[in-house]
Amino acid sequence: MRNISPPLTFGTKLGNLRYPRILLVFLLLLVLSAIWIYPFLWMVSASLKAPLEIFSGGLGLIPEMAKWENYERAWIDADFSRYLLNTVIVAVSATLLVLFHCSLTGYVLGRYSFAGKKVFIGVLIGTLFVPAGYTIIPVLELANRLHMLNSLWGMIIVLGGGGHTAAILLFTGYFNQLPKELEEAAILDGATFWQIYARIMLPLAKPALATVTIMTFLSTWNSFFVPLVFTFSRPELRTLSVGMQAFVGQHETDWPGMAAGATISLIPVMLVFLLLQRYYIEGIAGAVKS
Amino acid sequence: MNVATTTQVNTRARNRQRPLAQRLWRDRWIYLFLTPTTVLYVLFTLWPMIASYWYSMLDWNGFSRERSFVGFDNYQEVMSDPLFWRAFRNSFWYMGGVVPLRVGLALIVAIILTNPRLPFSSFFRTMLFLPVVTTTAIVGVLMTFVFDPASGPVNTVLLNLGIVDRTVDFLGQSRNAMFTAITIDVWKWFGLTLIYWLAALQTVPNDVKEAAQVDGASEWHVFWHITLPMLKPFAIIITLITALGALHSFDLLYTLTGGGPALTTEVVEVYIYRWAFTASVPRLGYASAAAVFFGLATLVLALVQLVGLRYAQRMRSGNA
Repeated sequence: MRNISPPLTFGTKLGNLRYPRILLVFLLLLVLSAIWIYPFLWMVSASLKAPLEIFSGGLGLIPEMAKWENYERAWIDADFSRYLLNTVIVAVSATLLVLFHCSLTGYVLGRYSFAGKKVFIGVLIGTLFVPAGYTIIPVLELANRLHMLNSLWGMIIVLGGGGHTAAILLFTGYFNQLPKELEEAAILDGATFWQIYARIMLPLAKPALATVTIMTFLSTWNSFFVPLVFTFSRPELRTLSVGMQAFVGQHETDWPGMAAGATISLIPVMLVFLLLQRYYIEGIAGAVKS
Repeated sequence: MNVATTTQVNTRARNRQRPLAQRLWRDRWIYLFLTPTTVLYVLFTLWPMIASYWYSMLDWNGFSRERSFVGFDNYQEVMSDPLFWRAFRNSFWYMGGVVPLRVGLALIVAIILTNPRLPFSSFFRTMLFLPVVTTTAIVGVLMTFVFDPASGPVNTVLLNLGIVDRTVDFLGQSRNAMFTAITIDVWKWFGLTLIYWLAALQTVPNDVKEAAQVDGASEWHVFWHITLPMLKPFAIIITLITALGALHSFDLLYTLTGGGPALTTEVVEVYIYRWAFTASVPRLGYASAAAVFFGLATLVLALVQLVGLRYAQRMRSGNA
């Protein structure tokens, strides 16, 4: 996988703006980017304004005076503190679960041949192409029987357990291309199967681990449907995405509170993305190339 | 998988002579490693898939233990429900709006961003990608405020610029709601399609383009006759991924409009959800039947596209 971002060479490229065509394209992209992030700027700005200031329709993004009490309202009265905690617990645990089981599977699929391997891969990939029906109903029923409905760990197992074929295949491909000599040397040193995996192979798979971590973390943080149906009767287990819905349903006119809640929900994922975007974008781009 | 090194070929040859039980015992660590995924996969992917087909033939409200087998009755009822067909049309209408905009516009922007002379191209890429990583369900709620008919910023801007002289009810009016939803979808997922195109454009080797330019081909000529033909198989895959994504837009449409106004934005996923979870008497079997039917319809769509891909690939290898 190559990094698809062009190298950053500031000084030399800025000089190209003297060509009118490049300058025009550059300005158009600047406008487009501004439109693209405007909703988020508006959100942050509204979260610090007084209601009247928003309704009066001023377009200025800087509030007259930062109203931090909007955040207090969202954080305490509307329970966003709890929603945030739930979301962090669910996203982190589900990501760990995915890393655990997908790396184990990817490791043996990528490096060993064994009886039943073809069937295993066939089922894994085959189910991607079978129309799934409404699987949430059997999942809910199963969760109910296993007494995991209305619990955070039920949500975690469902989000981390089902359908992570892409992560498995990513690990498979990565482990597959590591050199064979590493293992052979370890076997001579008397390392066990588990030791070869945990001490030698897994540490070498850091790029794959990073990609799967960020992709799974963001997708579980952003998940809505599973947390929604898992928390019908337990509001205190809501995640941010579900809590936001409930908040707006109850406080339709509290725009600053809504904006504060949305800011609390979205800023963490945006930061994670901005810090680790290389791994994330490579993970996505890899899906198309293969 | 190309792990066929010599050692592996040897072990494989030896494997065939050993009895299966012995091989299974020797590879016990391998099977142990596969166990977590297998258990989770069977419980949360394989079984629910099979069960959803079974449930689609039941009359079942989800509360009572009572379930009666009704065969294909649910399917028949789905097919004769005009509201289902309305949702079906809405789903494809939404997809039909989203796909060309995202695939077409993202290609144009991707080509612009790959111009090596453009400054700050990775900054632009990051900005355009940012909405993709945000929580769709939260964005849906946020957008009901951004597009608010009275004091939403979009209306304020349009009024200030004199583009409209009265505020527009973007989401509350049947005429506008679908267009607004499509616009928001394009904004939200544009960056994803852009990244796909950027990855595809990277596979076009630079030396071919440079050779053509040395031969005196214009920039436009290079693009039209070299880059574009090479992108054809990617175009089909990207269109397919985008189309399937657009058919699964529950998070956005449920939080943005909930299917309204007057069911004008009710897509199949929202329709199914309504029958399974928010109807006064839920009908889980009926909802499952609608889902299976819709799944089959999308499969047909995917197959048509994949046949197209095969065709395009054959054309390409035929030309080479």
